[in-house]
Amino acid sequence: MEPRTEEQLSEIIRDAKSPLRIVGGGTRGMASEGEILSTRALTGITLYDPGALTLVALAGTPFSEIDAALKAENQRLPFEPMDCRRLLGTDGVPTIGGVVAANVSGPRRIQAGACRDSLIGVRFVDGMGNIIKNGGRVMKNVTGYDLVKLMAGSYGTLGVLTEVSFKVLPDVETSACLVINGLDHATAVRAMAQALGSPYEITGAAYIDGETLIRIEGFKNSVSYRAEKLRALLGVFGGVLIQDDHLAVQSRWHGIRDVMRFAGTTGNVWRISVKPTDAPELIGRLPVPEVAMDWGGGLIWALADPDVDIRAAMGETKGHATLVRGEGFARVHPESAGVAMLAKGIKAKFDPRGILNVGVMGA
Amino acid sequence: MDMPTPDARIIARKDELVTRLRGVLPGDAVIADGYEIKAYECDALSAYRCPPLCAVLPATTQEVSQVLKVCHDLGVPVVPRGAGTSLAGGALPTADSVILGVGRMNDVIETDYENRIIRVQSGRTNLSVTDAVEDEDFFYAPDPSSQLACAIAGNIAMNSGGAHCLKYGVTTNNLLGVTMVLMNGEIVEIGGAHLDAGGYDLLGLICGSEGQLGVVTEATLRILRKPEGARPVLIGFDSNEVAGACVSDIIKAGVLPVAIEFMDRPCIEATEAFAKPGYPDCEALLIVEVEGSDSEIDSQLSVIKSIAQSLNPIELRESKSEEESAKIWLGRKSAFGAMGQINDYMCLDGTIPVSELPFVLRRIGEMSKQYGLGVGNVFHAGDGNMHPLILYDANKDGDLEIAEAFGAEVLKLCVEVGGCLTGEHGVGIEKRDLMTVQFDPVDLEIQMAVKDVFDPKWLLNPAKVFPLDSSAKRRAG
Repeated sequence: MEPRTEEQLSEIIRDAKSPLRIVGGGTRGMASEGEILSTRALTGITLYDPGALTLVALAGTPFSEIDAALKAENQRLPFEPMDCRRLLGTDGVPTIGGVVAANVSGPRRIQAGACRDSLIGVRFVDGMGNIIKNGGRVMKNVTGYDLVKLMAGSYGTLGVLTEVSFKVLPDVETSACLVINGLDHATAVRAMAQALGSPYEITGAAYIDGETLIRIEGFKNSVSYRAEKLRALLGVFGGVLIQDDHLAVQSRWHGIRDVMRFAGTTGNVWRISVKPTDAPELIGRLPVPEVAMDWGGGLIWALADPDVDIRAAMGETKGHATLVRGEGFARVHPESAGVAMLAKGIKAKFDPRGILNVGVMGA
Repeated sequence: MDMPTPDARIIARKDELVTRLRGVLPGDAVIADGYEIKAYECDALSAYRCPPLCAVLPATTQEVSQVLKVCHDLGVPVVPRGAGTSLAGGALPTADSVILGVGRMNDVIETDYENRIIRVQSGRTNLSVTDAVEDEDFFYAPDPSSQLACAIAGNIAMNSGGAHCLKYGVTTNNLLGVTMVLMNGEIVEIGGAHLDAGGYDLLGLICGSEGQLGVVTEATLRILRKPEGARPVLIGFDSNEVAGACVSDIIKAGVLPVAIEFMDRPCIEATEAFAKPGYPDCEALLIVEVEGSDSEIDSQLSVIKSIAQSLNPIELRESKSEEESAKIWLGRKSAFGAMGQINDYMCLDGTIPVSELPFVLRRIGEMSKQYGLGVGNVFHAGDGNMHPLILYDANKDGDLEIAEAFGAEVLKLCVEVGGCLTGEHGVGIEKRDLMTVQFDPVDLEIQMAVKDVFDPKWLLNPAKVFPLDSSAKRRAG
C-alpha cells in the first residue's frame, strides 16, 4: 500500500485488521510481519526557508532530493546521516522519514547532535489512524510535550511519519583531517579526548585501521589555523599528518559514516554506544575480529561472528548495543525494568492494537 | 487565570499528611507553618499566588522517592519546584498540593573532562554548573537570563534556552541522562554518559514536560570547552524591516553567530535611560556575537559587517576591547530591569519564523495602540524567539487583565504566522488555556496519554500545560 496523502494513510491504518509493516526506502532491511505500508508516495519539500535555517518535507521524500536542495543554498543537515546500503547490502532509495524513524546520525553527532537534535517538528498517524502534529517549523519551541524527540528513533512503532521539519545549518567552506598512525585503542581515545576537549571545534573523531582521525570544518583560514593548533596539541601522541583537500576529506569521512570498512564482509555488525573512556577496555574484552571507533570512542562498530553475544560480553559496562546487520539476537538492547515498563505503556497508548511494525523495537 | 477548586477532603487531612512526611524526612525538611509556607506561594509569575498545604525539601533521591510514595498513597497532588524562577507559573501551587523543592540537592556528583560531562543534583543552579568546571576552561552552554538563580531541575522541566542556543542548542540538546522519581516513588535511570539510548527517546520526552512526568533528581550534562574568544558587534537600523533582513542575510551567508539579539526602539530607549550603555538613537538594534580566535573572529565579523554596511546602518560598532564588549551586552542584559523601571511588565515568549519578524513587530505595535499598553521587544532574533514585554500597572484595577488579553493576541499571532506559544519559558498556567490555538484536541489527547503512562493518577503538577477542561476528567481520577 502506498498512500498518496496523509488522509489516505490515516484511513488505511484506521481500517487495518492486521499488522502493518511500515517502510520508507526499505534500505535498513527491517523485517516485521504484516502487509507493507510505504510512505514513498508522500514526497516533496513543503517549505525551505534558508534565511531561517528551516526545511520541511514529506516523509517519503528521497534523502538525495533534500540533500540537493540544501546544497543549492550552501546548507546541510547537521547530523550527517549514514547511507547504510553498502554495509547492509540493500538497495532502495533512502527517505527522510526513514532517517528520522531510525534517528540516524553520523560522525558529526558529537558536535552537532543527533538527528533528533535537528528535528523540530513532525506530523504522524498513530496506530488508531489519528493525524497528529507536534513541534513545528521554529527551532525554539517548548509548547507541550516534545513528541518530536520521541518519534525520532521509534522505527515506525508509535506512528507513521508523514512530515518532518528540521533546523539546518550553513555548509562549510572547507575541511581538514588530522591523521595519527599506529596508536592502540586506549591511546587513540586519549588523543581524541584531548582534541575534543580543545576549543578547536572538532566535528569528527574516529579510529579505523590503526589511524586516529580528527576532522575540523569551517572557513579556510579558520580551518588551517585550527589544524596547526591541533597538530601542536596532539604532537605528544606521534607524528600528525594534515589532509586538507576538502573533497578527499569528505570522501574519507563518508566512508567512516557509512562504515565502509565492514561493507562486503560477512558476519554480524553491531553498533555499541558507551562512555568514550570505557571503549578501550571493552574492546579488549570483545570476542570479535575487528572494531572501528567513532564519536571519540563513544561509538564502537564491531564485526562479529554470528554466534557472538555482544551484550553478554559487555557485562557491567554501561551503554547499549544494537544489532545493525545479521540475526540471532534482538535488534535493540533490552532496557531496565522501569524504563521498559514506561516504553511498553507508551507503545500501548500510541498503538493500542499493536499493529505498527510489530517487534521492531523488541518485545 | 483559573485554577481548579482545591479538594477539601485533602485539605482536611493535612495533619495526617504532615505527620507522614515528617516520618520520612528530617524535621526541618517539612515546612507546614503558615508564615514560612508563604515563600512557596508563587514563582516568578507573581501575579498568581496560593499557599500550598506544605512544602518539603528532600536532600536525596531516596527522600524524594519516600515523599512521593506518601503523597501517592494519600492521593495528594505534588508540585515540583526548582528555584521558583518560572515566568509561566510552572511551580504555582494549589491549596491542596505539596510543593517539592529540590533546592537542597545541589551537589556536583562527578566531573569528567575526558568524556566532557558533569553529573549534578538537579537543585544546582545553572550558572554554578559552569562555575564548577570553569577552572578547566569548560562551560555548560544553555544560559537562560535567570541563570544565576534558576535550577537545572527547572531547566529540564521547561527545556530552557538562552541567548546562545543558535549555536549550542537548548537544554534538551545538552542533557545526556537523568535519575528520575515517578509519582509512585519508583526510581528510574534514563540515559547516562553514553549517547542516544537504544529504545524510545524518553529523555527527550521528559525534557520540557514541566514536572508532570516525574521529579528529576540528578542529571548528566554535556560540558564544552570554552572558545578562545568572543566579540560582539552592534548594528543600529532605522527600521525593524531592515534589521530583520540583516538577520536573515547573515544566516544565509553561512556565518553562524553564537548569538543574534534584537531590541526595538522602546527597549533601546528604556535601557539607555536605565543602564546608559551608549546605544545609538535608532528604531532597531542588533547585537551579533561570534566566537573563535582573534583571526577567526576578524574574518567572521568582516562578512557580517559587509552585509550590515550594504543595508545602510545608522551605526555599526565593533567591540575593540573586553570593556566595550561588556558595554554592548550591558544594555541587552539590563533590558528587562530597565523595562521594569517603567512599570510592571508581562514577558511573552512566542517564537516565529525569522522571516515574519517585521510583520509581527508591526502588528504588535498596532495592538499596543489598540490595548493602550506600551510594549518593548527584546529577543533572540537568530532563532525567532521573541520576548515582547507588555507594560501595565499591577495596582490599577483591570490592567493585568488587559495585558493578558493583549499577550494572548500576540501569542495567537505567533501561531498564525507559523510559530508557537512558547520558545523557552514553558506553558505552565500562563499559556495553558491558549494550547487549543496551537493544537487540535487529538494533539493534546496523545500528550495527555503520555502523562497517563508516567502518572496514571495525575498527581504531578496536574493543573498545568493542558487546558483545564481538556484535563478535567483525568484530574478527577
